[in-house]
Amino acid sequence: MSKSSKYNNGINRRAVLKGAAGAVGLAAGSGAITGFPYVHSAEPKVLRYLGTAVNAGDEISKKCLADTGIKIEYITVTTDDVTKRVITQPNSFDVLDTEYFSLKKLVPSGNIFALDSKKIKQFDNITPVFTKGQLPNGKKIGAQGTAPWKVLYLEGANSKKFSTTPTEFVTLIPTVYNADTLGIRPDLIKRPISSWSELLNPEFKGKASILNIPSIGIMDAAMVVEATGQHKYVDKGNMTKAEIDLTMKIMTEAKKAGQFRAFWKDFNESVNLMASGETVIQSMWSPAVTKVRSMGIACTFQPLKEGYRSWASGFCVSKAVSGPKLDWAYEFVNWYLSGWAGAYLNRQGYYSAVLSTAKANMTADEWGYWMEGKAAVGDIKAPDGTILEKAGAKRDGGSYEDRMGGVACWNAVMDENDYMVRKWNEFIAA
Amino acid sequence: MVQDRKSFAAWLQAAPMMLIFGLFFLLPLVFVTIVSAWDYNEYEMLPAFSLRGYTDTFEGCIAELPDLCTILKTYLKTLKLCLLTWGLTLLIGFTVAYFLAFHVRSKTWQIVLSLLCTIPFWTSNVIRMIAWIPLLGRNGLVNKGLQGAGLIQQPLEWLLFSEFAVVLALVHLFTFFMVVPIFNSMIRIDKRLIEAAYDAGATGWQTLVNIIIPLAKPGIVIGSIFVITIVMGDFVTIGVMGGQQIASAGKIIEARLNALQFPAAAANAVILLGITIMIISALTRVVDIRKEL
Repeated sequence: MSKSSKYNNGINRRAVLKGAAGAVGLAAGSGAITGFPYVHSAEPKVLRYLGTAVNAGDEISKKCLADTGIKIEYITVTTDDVTKRVITQPNSFDVLDTEYFSLKKLVPSGNIFALDSKKIKQFDNITPVFTKGQLPNGKKIGAQGTAPWKVLYLEGANSKKFSTTPTEFVTLIPTVYNADTLGIRPDLIKRPISSWSELLNPEFKGKASILNIPSIGIMDAAMVVEATGQHKYVDKGNMTKAEIDLTMKIMTEAKKAGQFRAFWKDFNESVNLMASGETVIQSMWSPAVTKVRSMGIACTFQPLKEGYRSWASGFCVSKAVSGPKLDWAYEFVNWYLSGWAGAYLNRQGYYSAVLSTAKANMTADEWGYWMEGKAAVGDIKAPDGTILEKAGAKRDGGSYEDRMGGVACWNAVMDENDYMVRKWNEFIAA
Repeated sequence: MVQDRKSFAAWLQAAPMMLIFGLFFLLPLVFVTIVSAWDYNEYEMLPAFSLRGYTDTFEGCIAELPDLCTILKTYLKTLKLCLLTWGLTLLIGFTVAYFLAFHVRSKTWQIVLSLLCTIPFWTSNVIRMIAWIPLLGRNGLVNKGLQGAGLIQQPLEWLLFSEFAVVLALVHLFTFFMVVPIFNSMIRIDKRLIEAAYDAGATGWQTLVNIIIPLAKPGIVIGSIFVITIVMGDFVTIGVMGGQQIASAGKIIEARLNALQFPAAAANAVILLGITIMIISALTRVVDIRKEL
């Protein structure tokens, strides 16, 4: 008796399961399950913005929505992942914010769309640092590496070749750039630092860090090696195999000696390393220095005598963008260059591509502090409102002309990039 | 006839699982192996047959003798970390499982305590790993505590961003994967065998070595498989806790992927798979799981 009732229970449970599965299948098939969003033709303007954490600002997206009605959705990933996404998933973003050195990989893939400079209202006001490689006062700046003007123009609308002369088809509409250097904790170092070679100084053993993004880290490494006097590079941004070997050998010896505490890849990691005192000298980005300062910890973006490593970034669109989305993209880029966003980024320590509109959106005191290297009249505030500098302080490095004029090289993808990445891996593995 | 119908029905019922297994496991594996034999340039894969992914990976291996080349050094380091983690998790896991199986009397308490062990898993793996950083840092809690107690003058640098930190985090994260299978095996051991051993005059240690460990072998092997496969491929924990300065097999793959060198990444993945399979088959040779289960 008990045996058969157990048997019966088994059958019943099975039957219930089968019935339930069948019912769900029927429901899904017949459309009884609804609730899928109904796409209306009058959709709100949304642009998916792919970039790194460094340019993503909540305030920028809010102001953009208020001024233009375009909603910006940030997709924030690390520098290498941005490039990876563009190559493998061009349909997953609309607007791309990337650095000029990545163009050597992105343009040949055909996944991005050159913008027409004639539709950009402020194009002629863009600083000649991008377009000609000189300061507004005519002084030429360092051209080693993948300098923006070398990869700014394309030969045609769908061309994959860079043009050496200006055309109307621009790879990336410039937005921001800066001259990067080493960040230090002056309260823990307690003496003046004036050379890139200090990164390898045994005094800072176990307290230094370098950036773990091969294209950028190798430039920092090159600046350090050249500063130690061991080698003078022909073009730091396009090294020969022998030069790469030499650079990595010096860095590997330092690593084995325990010089580096850690490496960082994401800008927040660099902030944490500096703020917690794990490192006292490291590659840094300007907003990271700003952030550490706004935590109340002394941090200086130290100008060094060998010069700066510069970078520049700009906007383009995915090849999948067309029709109304393309118009919104132009509207967004034009809004970005119209001043408010430029002023916001200037206050983080960057430079805006169109200086005149950014100036119109900053107070005379702010312009004097950030751009002219003058002593601050009142307190200088970070973009989020926290006080960065007290009255009387001067910007690290001085004026725009001092800093951008001191550019020694640009972030680069070199011809021997493949080899360089392998050597960088060996460095990490050593 | 009934037999045919039954086996046909059996195939149908196994079909969904086989389909998922085939589509989401076997097929990608085949793709990865194919891609590993492709050529590549700056930004794209070129579907031409080329073993460049493999030759680039092993470059310098003969030329640099007696120095080890990158890939050998990396795998040695990964194996070392794997062995250390495996040993420690085995020790701790076995002890915890032993306590749970034999010293906790009531079944309810056994279940309650093992559920208690799972609570940390309710938070993300990454958060549990990163939580070690403020603890072990130069100005972290441990150093502050030791300095405050006067035991050390300078903060201990080797606590963080070192192999110690990596092994600590790995053991912390994966010990539970050892506890559960071993616990499972242990509660299946017939208690009468232990009684019989006691009656025959065996000491506690002899019972442990001669009865409990051999019977818990399937659990030990299953737990080991979990821990070894996870640690061999891990790059997040080794990366973060090692300050990105310690090489690991998974890190090579990640670095190649970041450089858009997919065939090279695929080649490294195939190599990693091969080595892990070799380790696992060596383990299963010691204990044939299928027979024991």
